[in-house]
Amino acid sequence: MNNVIVYCEIEDGNIVDVSLELLTKGRSLADLLKVQLDAVIIGKELKGIEQQLYPFGVDNLYVADDPRLYPYQTLPHASIVSKLFEEIKPEIALFGATSIGRDLAPRIASALKCGLTADCTSLEIGEHEDKKKKKIYKDLLFQIRPAFGGNIIATIINPETRPQMATVREGVMKKEIKSMSYKGKRINLEVEKYVRGEDFVVRIIDRHIEKSKINIKNSQIIISGGYGVGSKENFDLLFELADVLGGEVGGSRAAVDAGYITHERQIGQTGITVRPKLYIACGISGAVQHRAGMDQSAMIISINKDPEAPINQIADYAIIGDIGTVLPKMIKYYKKNTK
Amino acid sequence: MKGYKIIVLAKQVPDTRNVGKDAMKANGTVNRAALPAIFNPEDLNALEQALRLKDRYPGTTVTLLTMGPGRAADIIREGLFRGADDGYLITDRKFAGSDTLATSYAISLAAKKLMPFDLIMCGRQAIDGDTAQVGPQVAEKIDIPQITYAEEIEKIEKGKITIKRRLERGVETVECPMPLLITVHGSAPDCRARNAKYLLRYKHAKTWTEMQQDTEDYLWLREDRPYLDIREWSVDDLSADETFLGLSGSPTKVKKVFNVVFTAKEAKVLGDTDAEMDDLMKELIENHNIG
Repeated sequence: MNNVIVYCEIEDGNIVDVSLELLTKGRSLADLLKVQLDAVIIGKELKGIEQQLYPFGVDNLYVADDPRLYPYQTLPHASIVSKLFEEIKPEIALFGATSIGRDLAPRIASALKCGLTADCTSLEIGEHEDKKKKKIYKDLLFQIRPAFGGNIIATIINPETRPQMATVREGVMKKEIKSMSYKGKRINLEVEKYVRGEDFVVRIIDRHIEKSKINIKNSQIIISGGYGVGSKENFDLLFELADVLGGEVGGSRAAVDAGYITHERQIGQTGITVRPKLYIACGISGAVQHRAGMDQSAMIISINKDPEAPINQIADYAIIGDIGTVLPKMIKYYKKNTK
Repeated sequence: MKGYKIIVLAKQVPDTRNVGKDAMKANGTVNRAALPAIFNPEDLNALEQALRLKDRYPGTTVTLLTMGPGRAADIIREGLFRGADDGYLITDRKFAGSDTLATSYAISLAAKKLMPFDLIMCGRQAIDGDTAQVGPQVAEKIDIPQITYAEEIEKIEKGKITIKRRLERGVETVECPMPLLITVHGSAPDCRARNAKYLLRYKHAKTWTEMQQDTEDYLWLREDRPYLDIREWSVDDLSADETFLGLSGSPTKVKKVFNVVFTAKEAKVLGDTDAEMDDLMKELIENHNIG
């Protein structure tokens, strides 16, 4: 069997978190399948980049280093990855479900005519029996994701095509160094052989990437609001509690869609995945795509007027009440009884 | 000025944002019939961008292309009511079960039939799958560049289009020669409302299948007003290779679907009285959950 490969993204000379998380997952999948872990990195000035990657257990690092290859552009990156995959025929290929990964992976899947599953929340190895064809497929990648607005959880497989491709959002997998002394092999790709002249037709005129100021992902306490919060103004209460407790404010997709809170604070399958010590869900009903982004929280407190809200079923504490009543009481008690 | 030829890809989707209790059947599967069918929201953002180009560059035409069952003709009508010029419905039982790859194959064949065009525009993703794959896959199959997550089309000049993109953590402005495919982000302006004039003009726009179920006088009306014809394309019309369609053309298979059942865990249920809140906060502080 061939190897597992991870497409690694780079921003300002650093490999981004989601790529390191995928390398960690890729390493464990490779171990299960008894194959090697490969990585591909495309950009400019990539001297020494292997030092950031080897510790995550990368055996073979494919590098395409050319001034034209950073910042990211769809066509040259797609050409390089497609051609590389045709040569080394990976068993599994993983991409971050980022602006880049979600732009790139489908283009590659189309070129290679292989299956791609977006926004997986879990990746496992398993066996599949096709009863019609009377065929057993061993060691397939089970790509598990919520579907249909989060009302079902689907396990997707690609029995016949390779690589089995999947994208995963940042924060879904854990990032873990395998060994600081792990050593892989660097393979430099001759860029001219992988790109076409017409791949460089797009010109980047202007680019502003902000360092994410909001650090919801690493916050230990998250106060999150849903559509039930009722208005943008009512979110002020959540910000106040977060401020008092030293936490961050997040929101459900419904709250983002309603314009109560900005998109970068969205928690759930199509937003950020979090695992805080404490998650306070205010006026969130608990659709599964939201749950997918927060159910690993150590403690969940739900505040909801509806005792039947599904969120209550995964909560440690379900407060049946109005956030306008409950949050000020929490803030008041905390201010009075600490420091 | 000759204007530009724009194709807008649009999808009719179940409104998964408003899934009520009746949306689940007794056996735990999704009851699609109970969900209202709507114009995929980001495809409406894409339509608006196309209509703005039509406003700005006289002579520009906007053609809608959708794939789905017969009732998806509603999407074309909805687009005509807002200012699109015409529309095509790709429909055939043989398309059933198509994943994103098979879908993009069918759509790319239809788009090739509409060549030459300057732009294909579509929403970033559809709310029933949230995959964001069909746009880039169509672009790859036609071998044209793609610009994803467009928020604003700044200008078209000398065959090149300037687009502002919305990224996760920032914005990027790019210039690309036409033809190309653009996916539009939900942060772009909402689509304009239906226009009363177009509503009257296209009220009777129908597919051939729909017309046959209609009355005699309606068929006569259509001869007089060919713009009321919503054209249907089947597998044969597209000369599609059936091995690339439907279930056989879809590399991804659904192995298992399971209806979401929340893991039952005993939640401690509290009211919102002062005493209950004080006890809870006291416990959280003592257990170092906070503080």
